[in-house]
Amino acid sequence: MRYLLGKVGLLLLTLWAAVTLNFLLPRLMPGSPADAAIAKLAQNGPVSPSTRAAIEAQLGVPTGSAWDQYLQYLNNVVHFDFGVSYTFFPQSVASLVGTALPWTLVLVGFVTIVAFICGTLLGVLAAWKRGTWLDTLPTVGGTFASAFPYFWTALLLLFFLGYVAGWFPTSGAYGSAATPELTGTFLLDALYHSILPATTILITSLGGWILGMRSTMINTLGDDYVTFAEANGLHPRTVAIRYAARNAILPNLTSFGLALGGVVGGSLLVERVFSYPGVGYLLYTAVVNQDFPLMQALFLIITISVLLANFIVDILYGILDPRTRR
Amino acid sequence: MTPTGTTRPTRPTTSAVKTISQGNHDAGANPLRVILRAFLTIWSVPKARIGVALLGVFVLLAVFAPLLAPYGATDNSFDRSEDMSAAHWLGTTAAGQDVLSQIIYGARVSVFVGFVAGLLSTIIAVLIGLSWGYLRGLAGDVINFIVNLFLVIPALPLMIVIAAYLQNGGIGMIVLVVVITGWAWGARVLRSQTQSLRSRDFVTAAVFSGESPARIVFREILPNMTSLIVGSFFGASTAAILAEAGLEFLGLGDSTTVSWGTMLFWAQNSNALLTGQWVLLFAPGLCISLLATSMSLINFGVDGLSNPRLREGATR
Repeated sequence: MRYLLGKVGLLLLTLWAAVTLNFLLPRLMPGSPADAAIAKLAQNGPVSPSTRAAIEAQLGVPTGSAWDQYLQYLNNVVHFDFGVSYTFFPQSVASLVGTALPWTLVLVGFVTIVAFICGTLLGVLAAWKRGTWLDTLPTVGGTFASAFPYFWTALLLLFFLGYVAGWFPTSGAYGSAATPELTGTFLLDALYHSILPATTILITSLGGWILGMRSTMINTLGDDYVTFAEANGLHPRTVAIRYAARNAILPNLTSFGLALGGVVGGSLLVERVFSYPGVGYLLYTAVVNQDFPLMQALFLIITISVLLANFIVDILYGILDPRTRR
Repeated sequence: MTPTGTTRPTRPTTSAVKTISQGNHDAGANPLRVILRAFLTIWSVPKARIGVALLGVFVLLAVFAPLLAPYGATDNSFDRSEDMSAAHWLGTTAAGQDVLSQIIYGARVSVFVGFVAGLLSTIIAVLIGLSWGYLRGLAGDVINFIVNLFLVIPALPLMIVIAAYLQNGGIGMIVLVVVITGWAWGARVLRSQTQSLRSRDFVTAAVFSGESPARIVFREILPNMTSLIVGSFFGASTAAILAEAGLEFLGLGDSTTVSWGTMLFWAQNSNALLTGQWVLLFAPGLCISLLATSMSLINFGVDGLSNPRLREGATR
């Protein structure tokens, strides 16, 4: 229980820090959103002070002392009030994020779990069959594939399987004729559209899991209890899986949380390539259009999602390895 | 992800022992010989040898770009969107530039960003990681929190947001953004190694002989972590090269720079997908991957420096 409370406390502290960072970022940067909007206007002629005031009011440029702004910001965040999007005016940022989030959560969440399972199994195999092709192929292949930029893998798959072969749709998360609803046909359509983005993320993130598991597994294989199990004449497969892999998987679980941030980042680029209507594509749209409220809210949501995933992994780790609870 | 996080503590190397017994004058031992020896250790691992060779090719490409490239990087006097031909081995872009020349010149940006951002991240990681590992008490807890914060905040979205605020900065901005988001991993790895070295006899001996904490950290402990530091340098460089390409692909860098990232940006925006010019997509991305791979491969040799178990051919 104390372990859990400590973790919850740390989560709250980290969340607060992330929100504060998000508050500080635009204020540390030169210029303001209004400046950017006015700079665009100024290309067509001088901007009068009254126009400037009107723009600032419309964009919700905060007034008052920094401390008041901070309290106001915290209050807004707690109520999921992120203001109004510049690009999709008058839609609220919160509703835009709400539409985009499920696409990314399902895509990234599912692929990450599949990649973790496959990568761990391949890593166990590589460590166990060290020096054979079962080791060399996944290790070298994994090293090479994890150096692929996400967007490049995405572009290649899109080009060869989407445009040239025509096997898969080239953009979006569902057909242009379909409307999002919970029917079998729509879900199949969505699944069909998600194959290429999912494959991209899988190819690029698999290598990390293979290498990580292989390295912890090799360390575990050198431990005395593994030698003891071997000396007892246990079946090699029993030794590998029931003795070594079970213990080697634990440190890998910690990197699961940390790697998630990287996968989420990569999926942003993938979504851009496939015009997949998730958080990443929305972030891209926000950045291109200098839609600062939308951009900030998206960054915060992405960060919070990763923090929560980390928290869950931490709790899971505590359950799986009682030593960490002390 | 490199396996450096799990390497076991090394025994104090002879140079550190010498430092204690003979004092300062021998500490650096002849840097050339040290570098040569480290190079040979890395070279002895086949995977790392491939990595060194690959990296060498890209560095040469970057340095001698003006001599090697058939045309200027921004020379757009050719026919547009041409296919591969004898005059243009990889064809031309939609703006009428020679693709091969752009690839060769593009190596400069990637190698530069990888090297500079990797070096800066590593310096920060060493400074923070080592002092953090040596300090106890509140200061250590505060650093712990900050580093963990930077570790869990997804780096690419943070980079995108900062880059969007700094608007169309050039390579300098990209280096800055990459360094801000890239130092934390190395700091954590170096910190845990520092913690385990701190309780070693040679450190206790140094404490009793009255050396200052700064000297203990940077002259006694640091030399024992060379392989980890080299490892985190290559790790940070790889991340920097991929991040730079990603940011430029999104159009967040200076899109007039000739780099592999901007080449992919222009390829997507000029619909190279539709016109079927797959080389435009394939070549820059392959170069990014190969450069990043070369560094990961070198890291296999670096791991072997400190952990004999990870050396090739060792029995389990």
